[in-house]
Parts: sequence; C-alpha cells; structure tokens
Amino acid sequence: MIQLLAFYLFAALVIAAGAFTILARNPVHSVLWLIVAFFNAAGLMVIVGAEFIAMLLVIVYVGAVAVLFLFVVMMLDIDFAELRAGFIKNFPLGILIAVVLLAELVLGIGAYRAGALELGTPDGTGASLVGRSNIESIGALLYGRYLFLFETAGIILLVALIGAIVLTHRGARAVRGQQNVARQNARKPSEATVNTQPEVGQGVSL
Amino acid sequence: MDSVASLQLVIPEIVLSLAGLALLLVAAWAGDKASRAISVAACVALGAAFFLVAPSVCAGAAGPDTSAFFGQFRADAFAGFAKLMIFAASGAVLVIAPTYFERLGAMRAEFPVLVLFAALGMSVMVSATDLMTLYIGLELNSLSAYVLAAFLRSDSRSAEAGLKYFVLGALASGILLFGMSLTYGFAGTTSFAGIRASLDGGLSMGALFGLVFVLAGLAFKISAVPFHMWTPDVYEGAPTPVTAFFASAPKVAALALTARVSLDAFGTEVDAWRQIVIFAALASIVVGALGAIGQSNIKRLLAYSSINNVGFILIGLACATQAGASAMLVYLAIYVAMTIGSFVAVLMLKDENGAPLEAISDLAGLSRTRPALAWALMALMFSLAGIPPLFGFWGKFVVFQAAVEADLIVLAAIGIAASVIGAFYYIKIVKVMFFDEPAGTAHGKSDWAHWVLLAICAAAVSPLGYLLNQVLGSLADGAAATLFLTA
Repeated sequence: MIQLLAFYLFAALVIAAGAFTILARNPVHSVLWLIVAFFNAAGLMVIVGAEFIAMLLVIVYVGAVAVLFLFVVMMLDIDFAELRAGFIKNFPLGILIAVVLLAELVLGIGAYRAGALELGTPDGTGASLVGRSNIESIGALLYGRYLFLFETAGIILLVALIGAIVLTHRGARAVRGQQNVARQNARKPSEATVNTQPEVGQGVSL
Repeated sequence: MDSVASLQLVIPEIVLSLAGLALLLVAAWAGDKASRAISVAACVALGAAFFLVAPSVCAGAAGPDTSAFFGQFRADAFAGFAKLMIFAASGAVLVIAPTYFERLGAMRAEFPVLVLFAALGMSVMVSATDLMTLYIGLELNSLSAYVLAAFLRSDSRSAEAGLKYFVLGALASGILLFGMSLTYGFAGTTSFAGIRASLDGGLSMGALFGLVFVLAGLAFKISAVPFHMWTPDVYEGAPTPVTAFFASAPKVAALALTARVSLDAFGTEVDAWRQIVIFAALASIVVGALGAIGQSNIKRLLAYSSINNVGFILIGLACATQAGASAMLVYLAIYVAMTIGSFVAVLMLKDENGAPLEAISDLAGLSRTRPALAWALMALMFSLAGIPPLFGFWGKFVVFQAAVEADLIVLAAIGIAASVIGAFYYIKIVKVMFFDEPAGTAHGKSDWAHWVLLAICAAAVSPLGYLLNQVLGSLADGAAATLFLTA
C-alpha cells in the first residue's frame, strides 16, 4: 500500500516537474525543475529495486549533468524567446515525428508480442548474484568478468582528457593583451614616429 | 580460466598502457622540452611490445589457450601478425614526427603518448572476440586519432580535418553500435563464438540488418567506398606524419578486425556478407583509381591510393578462405611498407626554407635535384602500381590467386583491369620526377632517420623483398589458419 502511494507520488511529481521544465519562462527555473524530475525518477528506481541506477541518477545526472546545464544556461547568452518562437513554428513537424516514432514503437512491440520477432535468449552470464544487492552484482561483474573492458574504458576517458587539454590549453603566457612596461618606457620618439611630407594626392606608404 | 593466465596474454597491452601512463606523467612535469626523449621512450615501449608479441606469431599460437577474459580477447597468431605491423608502423611515425612538428614549433609532449594509446586501442581491436572489446578498442583508437588529426590546432586545415574526422567518425560509431545492438538482440550474446553458434540455423531479417550495419560502420573505418568521402580531406588536412599514421596502422587494425568479424562471428553467413564485401572491394578499386587521376596534391593522391589498396585487400576477404585471409595479411604487410615509405619521401620534400612541399608539380625534375629521393620514390610508386619486378606485385598476385582459387574469377578479372587504370597516376608521378623540367623548388637536406626509414621501405618493396617471401608467406599462412581454427 505504502509502495503504491510512493509510486504515485513520485510518478506525479516526475510528470509535473517535466511539464514545468518545458513550460517555465526562465531557463534557470527549467534546469531546477529538471533536477526535481531527476530526484523523483531516482525515487521511482528505488521502488523497482534498482538502487544502483537511483544512485547514478542522483550522482551523475543531478550532480554533474544538471549542474553543467546550469552553467551553460547562466554563462551562454542564449535568446530563449527566439528559441521558443522556433518551437511554435516547428510544432506541427515535431508532432509528426513524434507520431511516426510512436507508430514505430507500437508496430515493433506489436510484432514482438505477436511472435514475429525471434530475439536471442541471453546466455545468463550477466545474471545477478543470489542474495546480494544489485550493486554488489554489478561490482562483481565490472571488476571480475569485465575487468579488462572496464580498465580500457578508463583509458578512453584519459585519452579524451588529454585531447581536450592538447587542443585547448595555451600554456602559461597569454597570447595577446600582455603589457611589457620596460619596453614601453624604453621607446624613443625617433623609433615610434616618422616625419613625411607627402605630395598632394599621393598618399603615404606606411 | 584464471585471471593470471588472462593477464599473461595481455602483457603487450599492459606494457603499452603503463608506458603511456608513465610518459604522460613525464610529459606533465618535464613539458614540451622533453618531447624528443618521450618519443624515444615511446618507441622503446612499442619495440618491447613488438618483441613480446613476436613469439606468438612465430609459434602460430592458436586455440583456447590464447583466449583471455572469458572469451573477450584472443591473443592468437592472427592478432599477433596484425600487431607486429601496427607497432612497427606506429614506431616509424614516432621517428618521423618530431622533426616535422619542431619546425612548426608545434611539437608537444602529448603526441607520442597519444600515438601509444592509439596503438593500444588498435591492438585491442585486432584481438577482439567480443563486440564490446571491439567497440572499446575502436573508440580508443578513434579518439586518439581525432586529436592527432587536429594536432596543428592553429592551422585551419588541420583543425578542419580533425573536426571532419570527429563528426563522421562519431556517425560511423553510431551506425556500428546500432548494428551491434541488433546483432546482440537477435543472437542474445556479444561474444563472437556465441553469435556464430546462435546464427548457425540461419540469418533472420533483424540479424541481417545488424550484419549490414556492422559492416557499414567498419567500412567507414577502413575507408572503403561508399564510406570513403572523409579520407582525402582528412589525409590532406592532417599533419603529414599523422597522415602516414592514418594510412598505415589504423588501416591494418580495422581490416584485421573486419576479417575477424566476418570470418569468425559471421563465419557461417558468408553468402550474406560476401556480396557486400565484393561491392565495396570493386567500388573502392575503381573510385580509388579514377579519383586519384585529377589530384594535384600528393597527400590527396596517396589518400585515393589507400582507398584503392583497401579494395584489393577486401578481395582477399571476399574469398572467405584461408588462402584469402593469408593473402590479405601478405598484402597488408607490403602495403604498410609502401605507405610508410611514400609518406617519408613526401616528408623529405622541402623547399630551401624547410617548408614542406605537397604539390605534385613540385616533384618535377626531382631526379636531377635529389636523385636518391627520386629513385626511392620511383620504386615505391612502381610497387604501389604493382609492376612485376617490385614487391607490390606479389601482394596483388597472392590476392588474385586466392580469388581465382575461390571461384571469384570475375572479381579477379575486374580487379586486374582496374589496377591498370590505377597504374596511370603512379606512373604519372614517375614521369613528372624524371622527364619534366626541374621546378627548382625541392631543396634541402633530410636527417638520417628519414633516410634510414626510406631505405628500409624502399629495400622491402624492391625485388630484394622477394627474399622475405618465404618467411612472410609462412607466417601469414600460420596466422590465417588460426582465424579458421577458432571458427
């Protein structure tokens, strides 16, 4: 009973927060509503017994992704009124694409239910450990069976990090806008200015 | 299987990753001043990995003993053969790169580290016997390659090459992942052996879609027609040593990977993928030959040449026989020597200020201004064209022989006819070098490392290469046999 109550509470809040994410006039409010939606989605995940995904939602989505969104929204000068105008103009197209996707989903699931699709059966190597929480099961798989892939994936992230630094880091000295006071003071008028007497209508060559 | 045995099989990869991590720390503390020392150390690490892999190739390692980490990784002779080529090509790139970047003041300590990680990714690719291993190796290699392509970040052409490669590479990865998810959905497993077993009864429509998408994603990585459009632009824009890298090591890795996916995971469905491979092979040969004719930039021309060569290698794959796979490996080995040699020769073309020359018109009269370079380049071009006394002919010969033995006579005939078209533009370069009036732009000296590499490559493709025939042939046969043993 209490589980059912919690489900409806979380589900209603997710949907409401999702709607406010789209409808809020201020983009910062949109991101804050998105965070509310993530928290409630995490609650839903706990109810279905996927506490690892619930933690991922809170740590990764709320902790990193949403904060990143917030930074982007606050730091970039995006004209949201203009974006919204485009939204209304393209609304029929969006609805059309949504309907097509829905039809594909219905057809796909229908075909699967009717037995037209023969999917393969999993070989059971990813089955969860008996009597353990699914965090323990995932950990056992990740650091046992898939250790090699896990570590190599770590190196991929390292390469992405190196790449970002190599392509953007400009070193300690600023490329422009640096003032050299000593050089400025050492300048003499004879080096900096020239006297010319140009012919009328000829101009000067600099 | 215990994890100690698994770890023993990945010792070359562990050496590469530890060396990469250690050199990254050195790069962080010592800065760009140490880039030459780091390049040397990276070469040593690649050499160590080379000699760690070599015994498994010589012994023809095969069977379940070579399988590590629950069938996700296989260190057999086939993977070993490809790894030898990958490590040798990566090492050659590290030798030629510092001079090029130092002249531009753009040598950075991260360059050798990125090459090391790319080599690690490629060696994971060729050993992959699981779709997840395949994807992780491919992404490790690709991510390093995107950064390397854009390494001259102040040069707009290099930045454009990096961006183009990144966007199209991401698209190809998406296509590949889509195909892999379909394959997983219909086979119920990601391991190649499991996919092979579950598809044995026949290919359902969904699994066929998966196969097609997987091959399309891989065709992008080997730049086979019709997924080749990025190649000339990226090869032209990327710094020349990086282009030499792209044209050699990743090609070997992606082709070996394609061979393993086709012959192992989809080994029972040869009829389903053979028509795709035959189409890609013929289209690559024809487009590579015709597209190169109008080019005036030698890097662009070599890009089309690599598309053309991929077509010939795919003929070996289309045979789906042991002889075909062996012919692929022999061709790849010769191709790596020809490609590295050609790009080293291009790097040695400089004007009096040391600025690199890339236009074919700058080659005019090279036989009189720099005769040694001209003769070496002539040998490489004739070899790429497949003119008989040179070793490049042997690669084409074994591939066509395998095709004829596999009853693909029409394919072989069209391939031979198209290789005659391809010979035109290689011979055109020789004509420009030997019979045109000197353009007088090519001057300067090259350092000894370039000469040594060029001499090795030129000697390998010269008729002296036939001395290697016995060794190369038997090693390739042994390597190809392991591919069919796992099947």
